[in-house]
Amino acid sequence: MSTTIFEKGRSGRRGYRLPENDCPAEGLELPVQRTGPVGIPEIGEQEAVRHYMELASKNYHIEKGIYPLGSCTMKYNPVVNEEIARLEGFAGLHPAQREADVQGALELMYGLERSLSEICGMHSFTLQPAAGAHGELAGMMIARDYFRNRGEERDTVIVPDSAHGTNPASVVLCGFKPQTIVSDERGLVDLDDLAAHLSDRTAVLMLTLPNTLGLFERDIDRIVGMVHEAGGLIYMDGANMNALLGIVRPGEIGIDIMHVNLHKTFSTPHGGGGPGAGPVGVSENLADFLPVPRVICEDGRFALSYKSEKTIGRVHPYYGNFNVFVKAYAYIRTLGARGLREVSENAILNANYLMSLIQESYHVAFPGPCMHEFVASAANLKKHGVRTVDVAKRLLDYGLHAPTVYFPLIVDEALMIEPVETESKETLDHFAGVMNRIAAEAKEDPKLLHEAPRNTPVRRLDEATAARTPDICWLD
Amino acid sequence: MSYVQNTDEDRKEMLKAIGAADMEQLLDPIDPALRVQGELALGPGMSEAEVIALTRELAGKNRPASEAASFLGGGIYDRYIPAVVRYVLSRSEFYTSYTPYQAEVSQGTLQAIYEYQSLICRLTAMESANASMYDGATSLAEAMLMACNIKRRSRILVPEALSPAVRAVLESYAAGKGIVIEGIPFTESGTMDLARLEELLSVESAAVVCAQPNYLGLIEEAGEIARLARDGGALLVSYVDPVSLAVLTPPGEYEADIVVGEGQPLGNPQNFGGPLLGFMATRKAYMRKCPGRLISATVDVEGRRGYVMTLQTREQHIRREKATSNICTNEGLCALTAASYLTSLGESGFREVAMQSMVKSHTLYRMFSELPGCRLPFGENFFQEFVVTLPSPLDRFMEAAAARRLLPGIPLGDDFPALGAGALLVAVTEKRSRAELERYRDLVSEAGGET
Repeated sequence: MSTTIFEKGRSGRRGYRLPENDCPAEGLELPVQRTGPVGIPEIGEQEAVRHYMELASKNYHIEKGIYPLGSCTMKYNPVVNEEIARLEGFAGLHPAQREADVQGALELMYGLERSLSEICGMHSFTLQPAAGAHGELAGMMIARDYFRNRGEERDTVIVPDSAHGTNPASVVLCGFKPQTIVSDERGLVDLDDLAAHLSDRTAVLMLTLPNTLGLFERDIDRIVGMVHEAGGLIYMDGANMNALLGIVRPGEIGIDIMHVNLHKTFSTPHGGGGPGAGPVGVSENLADFLPVPRVICEDGRFALSYKSEKTIGRVHPYYGNFNVFVKAYAYIRTLGARGLREVSENAILNANYLMSLIQESYHVAFPGPCMHEFVASAANLKKHGVRTVDVAKRLLDYGLHAPTVYFPLIVDEALMIEPVETESKETLDHFAGVMNRIAAEAKEDPKLLHEAPRNTPVRRLDEATAARTPDICWLD
Repeated sequence: MSYVQNTDEDRKEMLKAIGAADMEQLLDPIDPALRVQGELALGPGMSEAEVIALTRELAGKNRPASEAASFLGGGIYDRYIPAVVRYVLSRSEFYTSYTPYQAEVSQGTLQAIYEYQSLICRLTAMESANASMYDGATSLAEAMLMACNIKRRSRILVPEALSPAVRAVLESYAAGKGIVIEGIPFTESGTMDLARLEELLSVESAAVVCAQPNYLGLIEEAGEIARLARDGGALLVSYVDPVSLAVLTPPGEYEADIVVGEGQPLGNPQNFGGPLLGFMATRKAYMRKCPGRLISATVDVEGRRGYVMTLQTREQHIRREKATSNICTNEGLCALTAASYLTSLGESGFREVAMQSMVKSHTLYRMFSELPGCRLPFGENFFQEFVVTLPSPLDRFMEAAAARRLLPGIPLGDDFPALGAGALLVAVTEKRSRAELERYRDLVSEAGGET
């Protein structure tokens, strides 16, 4: 257990000293209201550094080992990109600076928008959304205004039951009604159920591609045809775009709107839960609805354009998470066309390889080649009194991070595994070895799993009490 | 360079283990007719040296505010960021970790965010704070949705002296839910017209938003606004500058219901406006209605203190379409930055940052008040930012100032035509020196009048 920063504070200690104030306060009328203490701990610099280093030592992170969370794409975050994003010429810009002073930043944003458009086969992109779910919301707003503009009353959005929870939540936030359709025995969109739900009220089909089972929708051509036939649009949740770089351009197969996660596919770090970035791409007939401002280029000069009558408005107070754009741009330029294709091929190869190594110990929900991830199940261990959570916690004891657990909801005791392209064969062999060993332990000595983890800074935590009586603020 | 480690030999072995003849077999689910023909038009990859050169060139085409005498504000401020903060932020244990789904190996992130939540509670004098939102604007939008949900009403009153960018985001979010946003005008003193607020309040009003200080830099009569909101049966949502809370009455003391704001000034670089940090605090009674992640202290099976994400049944991954919000990824690293900024400054350092900003901004105000032709419409009731109309045409002055590495402020004419074409919003942080204030004054003086 680490002492909190509040317990370490001692009045009078300082971690940083400001320059002397060279402006006297005498004679000024200062509207000071709060004179009592705020309650910020006072702590010396050394203790502050030790505090955060102690916390740091209790975190799992990519630079420590494999992080196989499904649909999270925990790939290596190139260190050079961190260095680049910290350049004062990027980090020190204020969003209200004159265009003449931010030409390099606008050029980078323009370049990133064009690159994403090329990669995804979309007409244009906005970089504004700060995360994937924020991109979904922007995409839904675009669809809503598109139909409103056409005078069509379409109020429902169809979402497969395998979708991320953000999908239906974003749909509702935008005023649409979500309708769930089921997956068929292949783990793919059930075409009959889709047909049964399509109507002149259908605005959008929201589709994760490849889906959260790690499967490419084999019938995508028919799905697109059916939705378009019904007058609807197709939104692609691009969280799993790491499988498709240089292989499929969603715009070319009929996707109308999509988002990508720069903090997944394009290697920018997750920061322990953000900041991310969720740029949204659209087909040509929807481009006028994108948020403003748009970055434009005229005669080699870059500018921000607010001229758009149909725009959905703003979803971010400025231009989006610029610092994240810098890293993604550097990544795309470093990889180039061939490098990006290599990413997806190796992501698919690694996932299939890992699946082949553990499929005798764990049930694989939908066999056959997977894309960049697959869903295994610990249901076969239930007879030993072992559940997925136990497998996950036991992995922690071996110094490895667990996969995404209990998602997607349609697979019992799900373990959703995405090994990503940057992991080596040896790492995958080791991970699979541990997974198989844990399955053996489940039969021979299930207590090992039930009592796991033992080798972590804390052991299993009491979540029930936390939910009943949350302690979310330290009181002296 | 793709950071892929598999060699051709590895790939062969792996395919063999899978039982696939080649890569093509793994791509079988994708109809060849749907695949990319040829290569993406992105050109070849680059070496590390080349990409550094390329991006340095782009960075070199910018003239960063952080290296000028910047008087730009409007929500994003040029403050000094202590080295400790930058160091903590650069540790891969924090920045390359994921959302703390496996709590036992994420105690670092979880405790840091718990401490951040606690610091936000102290700043705002509120009982609970969440783990962060995207930015101040979307925090306010979420607060609006939350207030409408709590009150089962659909009208929101917002000050016209609110950042136009924030207002725009609010409008986008309101449209989806059929929420009506009504503006409360400001008086000749630049603060909220309380009589007008009283008239506008109705049984349909879910909340009144109080921006403190408001976009024009002025300090509102927050206590009075809170009282009017309460009497009208509406919630009070405070949109506050976090640094101002060192010297202004914390919203909890005037019984605000929800407090949100932009946390960039707490140690985060300006970054051309992103990433930012939205913070949100509320009463304990509304904690279960609040969006986003919450971290709670608890104990492990051995009774040791530890931290977990809690009340997740509010969130999208459990509740799906019935969630309080769609937010998933937030701005965790920026929240960690804010926590390390506050603790590295400490109580007295933080207060000094706010006081120096106030003293220096008031010093510049006084300097301008002595210059002929400078118009200061709203008096000295401000924290660190004020409106001025300079004697010379604004465009020409901005140009001349830029050439001298001084950024005079944000022109207000387009968004607030009532203030006149030449109105400028000037922010002064603790980072400005007396010499820079004098340089600004001298530039105004040299530029002279209308000629």
